[in-house]
Order: sequence, then structure tokens, then C-alpha cells
Amino acid sequence: MATRTVIEAIREAMDEEMARDPSVFLIGEDVGQRGGVFLASDGLFKKYGEYRVIDSPLAESLIVGVAIGAAVNGMRPIVEIQFADFIAPAFNQIVEEAARFCYRSAGDFNLPIVIRTPYGGGVHGALYHSQSIEATYGHIPGLKVVAPSNPADAKGLLKAAIRDPDPVLYLEHKRSYRLIRGEVPGNDGVVPIGKAEVKREGTHLSLIAYGLMLHYCLEVAEKLATEGVSAEVLDLRTIKPMDEAAVIATTKKTGKVLVVHEDNRFAGIAAEVMAVIMENAFDSLDAPVMRLTGPDVPAMPFNHVLEEAFLPNPERILAKAKELAAY
Amino acid sequence: MASVKMPQLGESITEGTIAKWLKQPGDTVKKYEGLVEVITDKVNAEVPAPLAGVLKEIKVKEGTTVTVGTEIAVIEESVPAGQTPSPAVPTRRREDEGTRPLARASQVPSPASGEGQGGGAAEASTRLSPAVRALIEEHRITDADLARIQGSGIGGRISKKDVEEFVARRGQPVTANGEQAHETPTLTLPQRGKEELVPLSPMRKSIANNMLKSKQTIPHAWTVAEVDMSNVVRFRQQARDGFRQREGVDLTFVPIIVKAVVEGLKAVPVLNASWSENGVVMHKDINVGVAVSVDDGLIVPVVHQADRLSIAGLAKAIDDLARRARGNKLTIPDVQGATFTVNNPGTFGTILSYSIIAPPQAGILAMDAIVKRPVVTDGDAIAIRSMMNLCLSFDHRILDGVSAARFLQGVRHWLEGFSEQVPLY
Repeated sequence: MATRTVIEAIREAMDEEMARDPSVFLIGEDVGQRGGVFLASDGLFKKYGEYRVIDSPLAESLIVGVAIGAAVNGMRPIVEIQFADFIAPAFNQIVEEAARFCYRSAGDFNLPIVIRTPYGGGVHGALYHSQSIEATYGHIPGLKVVAPSNPADAKGLLKAAIRDPDPVLYLEHKRSYRLIRGEVPGNDGVVPIGKAEVKREGTHLSLIAYGLMLHYCLEVAEKLATEGVSAEVLDLRTIKPMDEAAVIATTKKTGKVLVVHEDNRFAGIAAEVMAVIMENAFDSLDAPVMRLTGPDVPAMPFNHVLEEAFLPNPERILAKAKELAAY
Repeated sequence: MASVKMPQLGESITEGTIAKWLKQPGDTVKKYEGLVEVITDKVNAEVPAPLAGVLKEIKVKEGTTVTVGTEIAVIEESVPAGQTPSPAVPTRRREDEGTRPLARASQVPSPASGEGQGGGAAEASTRLSPAVRALIEEHRITDADLARIQGSGIGGRISKKDVEEFVARRGQPVTANGEQAHETPTLTLPQRGKEELVPLSPMRKSIANNMLKSKQTIPHAWTVAEVDMSNVVRFRQQARDGFRQREGVDLTFVPIIVKAVVEGLKAVPVLNASWSENGVVMHKDINVGVAVSVDDGLIVPVVHQADRLSIAGLAKAIDDLARRARGNKLTIPDVQGATFTVNNPGTFGTILSYSIIAPPQAGILAMDAIVKRPVVTDGDAIAIRSMMNLCLSFDHRILDGVSAARFLQGVRHWLEGFSEQVPLY
């Protein structure tokens, strides 16, 4: 086991998969010579050359379109969209084409595309470098959406995404890139898509999250423990398809659930988690299912104070969790 | 402060006139106590105080007419120390709760802060979550028990934890399936090498459950009759070879006893019955279960409508059932619907057997070993006779000893009177 940051784990996964399978290639803005704006592909251009690590024009629609064409022809492209905020121009290619390709061809064609993109705020990125997009894309049938929280899952889920026959949107919380360190298994270590993981066992209430918020929830669980409240923490890991069984299981165990995400509230992932709970575990509930999310404002503000106000943080999660515990 | 309004005292009445104030400012009023007399064009009525308190102010003088809904007086609610004030205007609180559903949770507060609390302590403590309701059901917690549980949640709400703790205190562990501890005693694991744990076969479990249920729910009574089987033994021996040739099966004692039992049941039908809380169910068919021992236990196939069969018919039916029981070829109807059971432990030399009734039957008869014994006969002579004990266990809820004895007597007379005159076929 080696200790890695999230960004190192992502780089390692791409490197290993490109070495393993010659049909895997990377395309995106500045991913080649520059190694990506966050240096996710640092060194890969040198190692695999310009035909496998391709610097694209600043045109997201083109990048995804090229990947779709390549995938139809037997390649396994990894697309890097520089910031999730920039994915909108490719919306048409992703939703109208990639997500529906298998369905449209009655299963004759799969599109093994991975679209990697950094999301989330807390890095003073302001309006164009901070958005969360999981709810928007999670809504689209035909797309898989994953959001790992730690280096081991980042590596294992990226490998799973590359090997998956269908398009996978792979979301990387940019604040976690160098903030979160963890052990990464030396072996192949594929983490299956669609499986949540209980990161901490507890009995009084459940905190459900993913990405950076997961770490805040773990911090909160630790604090709650000192006050005699035993919190279970569930890492969704995959947004879609959601591991409903894990959500139901933790609800049945504790009877009290708080869902946390940074994305805004309306029709967010928390709403879906809550619906799953109401449909399947109503009889186990000991309190209304609660959520703590970003507010429904158009974008992450630049002003630091306002940015802080936008983001759920351990203090606010703790307060909400206590409210739930006391119910 | 709560305002008192001009009430609507009838359909289509839009206004009322204050006739007389029955209370003056400063007066204490009880809830529902007469406060004011109102005259309308249809009725004259006394308007009661909507709540207890002190009349602070009269807003409308006597003789004045106002529209329905106009404030006519103000009452200051009386708040006994430590008690939640009774809400003056319930609708206001409701609106508040509707727009801020979680506000009450974050405010925490003493129950007395009223507004925004969604009903205060009393309501919160009686509002039960689905999880709490499920636990109440599972552990059969009565309303009285519930009232004793101190809610630790916001506003005194009873939480899942509170119920679990209550149940733990009550001495019944919370288990997933709700079974109580005393029903499933824990097994002490055998010491390595000295004991062996044999897993329960489905048949073993089923027998265990039935026997336990029978002994726990049926008040068993037990009685024994001694039968002189000499005639049966003699004539059976005479008929045996011919019977085998003709019918292809051995003429054992069992079909003969079953025949005697059928005759006994015809004479005492109350033994061919089942207990129910609504009354004794009398069975019209006589279906006799015959216990057959098999490898891993015991099974009781049924001779349906045994009263319509001759001894030969019974012999063939029993032989067929026993054969199929040992070959594992019985069908569901073969083992259902018995109204009485005959057990034959005598094969193994027993002389007194106390059988357990198979619910919902009323009785079970055990035929014990036929043994030659010296017996004092009618003429005070001592003779060697083939004697057998018939042991009857019966459900004392359904019948009494007299009926049981009459049944045994009937069976005994039938057997002792056995002769070549009794038709076998």
C-alpha cells in the first residue's frame, strides 16, 4: 500500500490503464504537453506520445464528439473537461448522443467513454470554476456518474469507468485533489461502479454524502462520538446507478438520516436519496429525513465570505446532525 | 392574550347584538363558563368563554350590534406554573409551521415558547414516528406502558431509543423478529469431543412445535382400560393365512383396533371433535390417524372416512399408508384431516403410554403390548388371558372422564366380543 493524493491516484489509474490497453487514450484541453491544468496527466504525454495524449482545441463539444467517434471505432477514450463548469457546450454530445447510443442502436454499439472533470468549490474559483453538476447529469438515463472521495476509490473507480462499456461521467472534487491523502492498494484494485461504502459504523443516525462532503461528515461523526452520538457515515461513491440497498440498509439501522451535498438543493441528489428512503424504509424512520446542501443561488460567489456561506462545512453539518439526533 | 369574537350563532346569521355581559373586566372566567348574552334575529344565546383566564377588556358595549368575527373582548389566559399555555389562536401556529417546517427543531426551547412549536410538548410526545410505531407493535407495548415512557426527543417526543430502552428495562431484549428471550433459550455449545450437536431436521422441528403447542394449550387428561384380547388373538390367528391369501396383506392387530375405535367414536362422537373458542366442532367423518415410525421421527398418515371401511379395507389402507410413509411417498392429503389418532407403542413392549394429543383433535389412543397374564375370570377361576392396556389421552376442555370412560368401555366390549361372526371383509 502506497500513500497517494487524489490527483496522484487518478494519474496512476490512467497510466496503468493506458499501459494495459492500447485502445485507451486521453483527450482534452492542455492535457498533453502541459499535463492538464491540475497536472492530472503530468508525464503521460512524454510516456505515451502525442497520439495517445491529445491536446484538443478549446471546444468541449468537439472533444466529446471525437471521443464518441473513436469509441464507436473500438477505442476507449478518456475525455478531460478542464472544469465541470465548461461541460455545457458538450451537453448535446453527451446527452443526445453518448448517453443514448446503446439504446438507439438496440445494443449494437456501446460507447466506452470516460468523461473526467473537476467539480466543486472552496478554492476561490468563483462562478466559472466551482460548479457541481452531478444532479444535472445524474438525471440522464444511459449515463453513469461517479464521485469518489478518496485516493483508493479515485483510482479504483477510474479503472472501473475506463473498462465499463458505457459512458461514465467521472467527477473529481478539485479541493480534494491534494487535500485528501490515503492508501492506495498496489494491485489492480478496481472499485465496482454502483456500490456505496460504509466508511464508519454507527447506530444513532446516518450521514450520507460523497466527494469532499464525505470527509466533513467523517469529521462530524468523530465530534458526535465525543458527545455520545454514534453516527454511521455512508459514502455513495457512485451517484448513478445509486446503491439503493446501502441507503435502505443504513436507514433501517439508524432510523435517522441526514444527506449532505455541496450541489444546490432543488432536485439535488439528496432529494433522490430521500425519495428512496421514503419509498423503501418509511417504517424504520424515527425522524424526518434531513438534508444539508448548497443554496439555490445561481453560482458559487467569488467573495470569500459568501463562498463560505454557500458551502456546507463541518460546523453546519454538526449543528444539523445534532438537530437530527435530538429529534 | 386571546381575543373573543362574535360567534356565528346560526346559518346565514351575519351579526349579533350584545345583550348583557355576564362577566366584568377583572373577573376570572373558567373555560366554557357563560361570558356574554348575545341576541340575533334568530336566537338568543349565552356565549361561553373559549378558554380559562381573566377578562381583561370588553370591546363592545351592551346594546351594540356587530358583525360575526368582530372582536368583542380580550381574555388573558391563566398559566399555572410550569404548564403549557393553551393556545389562543391555533391557526396562527399552523401557518407558521407550514412555512418553516424545521424551525421548531432548531429552536429546541422550553415547551412554553408556544408559537412555531407545532403544538408544544403534549402534541410532540404523542406524535410517534414510524420506527416507534413498529417497535410498539413488535413488543406489544400498551397505551399505559407508552404513557410511562419518558420522551427524550425535542418537545418530549418519544424516540426509537426511548422505546428500546423501555423494552430493555422491561426485560425483553429487542430482537429483529420480536421473539422473546424465554421462548428461545440459548444453547450452551457442547464441549469439544464430549457432546455432539445434531441439527434439527424439519420433521424434528415440526414435531417439537406441535407437541409443545399441544401440551401448552390442551389440558390433557389420561385414562386406561384393560382389555382381554384373547378372542381377538385367537380368531386373528385362525383367519390370518386366509386373509393374507385373499387380501395380500397381513392381518395385524392395528386394523382391528382401529375398527374398534371407529365403533367407539360412533358411540361417543364428542371424542371425534375439535376445540374452538366459539364452540366444539363435531366432525362428521371419522378420519383416523395411525402413527408410523420412520427413520428420523414419526409421521401420522390418515385413514380418511375410516367408518366406511371393513377390517380388510382398513388393513389395506393402513398397510398402503405405512409403506408409503417409509418410502417417503406420502402426499399432503395423506397426512391431513385426522379427527382421532391411534398409536401403537405396544409393538415395542410398552404397557402404559401417555401420548400427547395432536391438535386440533380431541384424543389419542395408545395400544400397548398384548401380554399373557393370570386373570380372575367371571366364575372366580384363574385363567391365562392375553391382556392389553388401551391408554387414552383426551382434551378435558371438550369432554369429561365419563365420556372418555364410555368410549374406552365401548372399544373394550367390541374387542372382547370378537368372534368369527365379526365380518372381516
